[in-house]
Amino acid sequence: MSMLEDYAQVTGGEVIAQLRQLARPLAGASVVHVNSTRIGGGVAEILTKLVPLMQELGIDTRWEVITGEGDFYECTKGMHNALQGNRIPLGDSLLRVYEETNSRNAETLRPALKDADFVFIHDPQPAGMLRDYPDRKGKWVWRCHIDASHPYRPVWKYLHQFVSPYDASIFSLAAFAQELPHPQYLIPPSIDPLSEKNAELDSTEIHDTARKYRIDPQRPVVVQISRFDRFKDPVGVIQAYQLAKQFVPALQLVLAGGGATDDPEGEAVLSEVQASARGDPDIHVLLLPPDAHREINALQRLAEIVLQKSIREGFGLTVTEAMWKGRPVIGGDTGGIRLQVINHHTGFLVNTPEGAALRIRYLLHQPEKIDEMGRKARLFVRDNFLITRHLREYLTLMVALRNGASDRIELT
Amino acid sequence: MQAADGETKSFSIKDCALVALATGKKSRMLQEFRSQLFSIDSASIYHHFWGGLLQPRFEEREYNNDFAAWIWHGIHDPVLAERLAALAPAGFPDLETLRREIIELIDTRMDEMEHLIWERATRQFEFICSQIVVFDTGKRLERPAELATSIADLTTSSIFYHFIDARRRTSDGRDDFSDWLAGFGNEFVTLQKQLAGVDPYFSSLSELRDELALLFASYFQASRQ
Repeated sequence: MSMLEDYAQVTGGEVIAQLRQLARPLAGASVVHVNSTRIGGGVAEILTKLVPLMQELGIDTRWEVITGEGDFYECTKGMHNALQGNRIPLGDSLLRVYEETNSRNAETLRPALKDADFVFIHDPQPAGMLRDYPDRKGKWVWRCHIDASHPYRPVWKYLHQFVSPYDASIFSLAAFAQELPHPQYLIPPSIDPLSEKNAELDSTEIHDTARKYRIDPQRPVVVQISRFDRFKDPVGVIQAYQLAKQFVPALQLVLAGGGATDDPEGEAVLSEVQASARGDPDIHVLLLPPDAHREINALQRLAEIVLQKSIREGFGLTVTEAMWKGRPVIGGDTGGIRLQVINHHTGFLVNTPEGAALRIRYLLHQPEKIDEMGRKARLFVRDNFLITRHLREYLTLMVALRNGASDRIELT
Repeated sequence: MQAADGETKSFSIKDCALVALATGKKSRMLQEFRSQLFSIDSASIYHHFWGGLLQPRFEEREYNNDFAAWIWHGIHDPVLAERLAALAPAGFPDLETLRREIIELIDTRMDEMEHLIWERATRQFEFICSQIVVFDTGKRLERPAELATSIADLTTSSIFYHFIDARRRTSDGRDDFSDWLAGFGNEFVTLQKQLAGVDPYFSSLSELRDELALLFASYFQASRQ
């Protein structure tokens, strides 16, 4: 069975038929996606499936990864944080490393990129490569996965010079879009329902995971799955748990996160989290390897409620994952979480640890609400946030870019 | 859909996909929102009333257009939100008339509650527009009776194209099914009237598909008896 047929089992055949029709005018086109890591983080997860699906639709698609040294990742992590609003300038020496690394990668990738019909550059790390391609043939699109709604201006100004010559950019939400001299498409990301992280699991595997991490499946569990990153507010999650535990003494908290090769800050945040959790055996802080997809899946299914109490969030794919598993989500009132968590329907939006604690207590005292919201959450994800919808929008964008700026394109 | 030789053409089933674009225009105050509404491309007004139906969104919406939703969630004025929500876009001859009516409602409300002019929204409003790509599915209906069995199999985006988007394309602002049926003279006038009674504004696209499928099935079943 082909991959597309596998997806038809989840989404329905009409969705796949539509993808085939949209891909027809793009048959034979060459597409290259470029990012900075093959493992860890939402972008790599999306590309792992998006690339073979595009290939199966007859589009010649490749995925390339740039390489760099520690200074480069320090710089790009700083850029990432600055785009999310951290007011920390980047020194000239780091910016020089950024430019040199981009130029070096541009040379290495020249055979793949020079003649490609479409090049998708993901996030700021490889964005500087475009200026080394004055003779490029195809359309270059910058895909920004970050909440850039309130960027630190000096860093954005620096990045702007590299990004503005692109043919188009893609942001996850309108609020993230910035002033740029080209079309700015809005495409929310997605999850893969067939991946190890989202596929159905049997109860034995879920209970084995609970046993492995000494979590009691008979007592209520709340979980936050995310990188150990200050913008995810893991310490705020512990505060919310502590407030709720005064009323629900059996409550357990799991804070589980993987590392990503392009995130040098994670270790420091993990130490802060471990310090806050010290002394409470019901708080489980788990640093999972990047390939612990099935364990993450099991932990989300083990939870009554999933938290994503971010202060800033690009989109929040962990929210999507939890909703796909039929769990209500208590999420920070920010970024893409707002697009997914609909108050009183699929979960609750909160602004403080106190707000999160209140909603945890509310849901644990009304288990029928957990079931009802979980059902709605899964349907909402099925209709809007699966990879097939994401792929459809990429295909639509490519057809639109090939056919000019008109707001209506009729294919014959 | 009348051919030059008087033969009625078959009905081409089309489908569409839509991708949204940021316009770059954002508002944080009602007065600013009003000025931007004045100059925003009509494609954006279309998107916020109709186009969004093909975008990721929760189906149980409190308000059926984005302007009304923002007035409530951003400006927190339930009166204006209700008035904007009551606008039925299908009842306006074109988007410019709809735009004038929205601005009129805002002006009226600002006259009633002057402080709203200076009220800062708790969420900004982002004006969005969209590009639509239309493609032929290759499927054809030769006779109107085939509508009874084929509608249930259409994608929701195909329903959007033929029943909602058509109102922008057809000369008298009707849906594609009615337009096709008109090519058969008076034979399907009753069915056209029934279609005119379907309000696409208050249902999700899948509910709309179910409603149309039921309408066609009932009509053709009754006409056989």
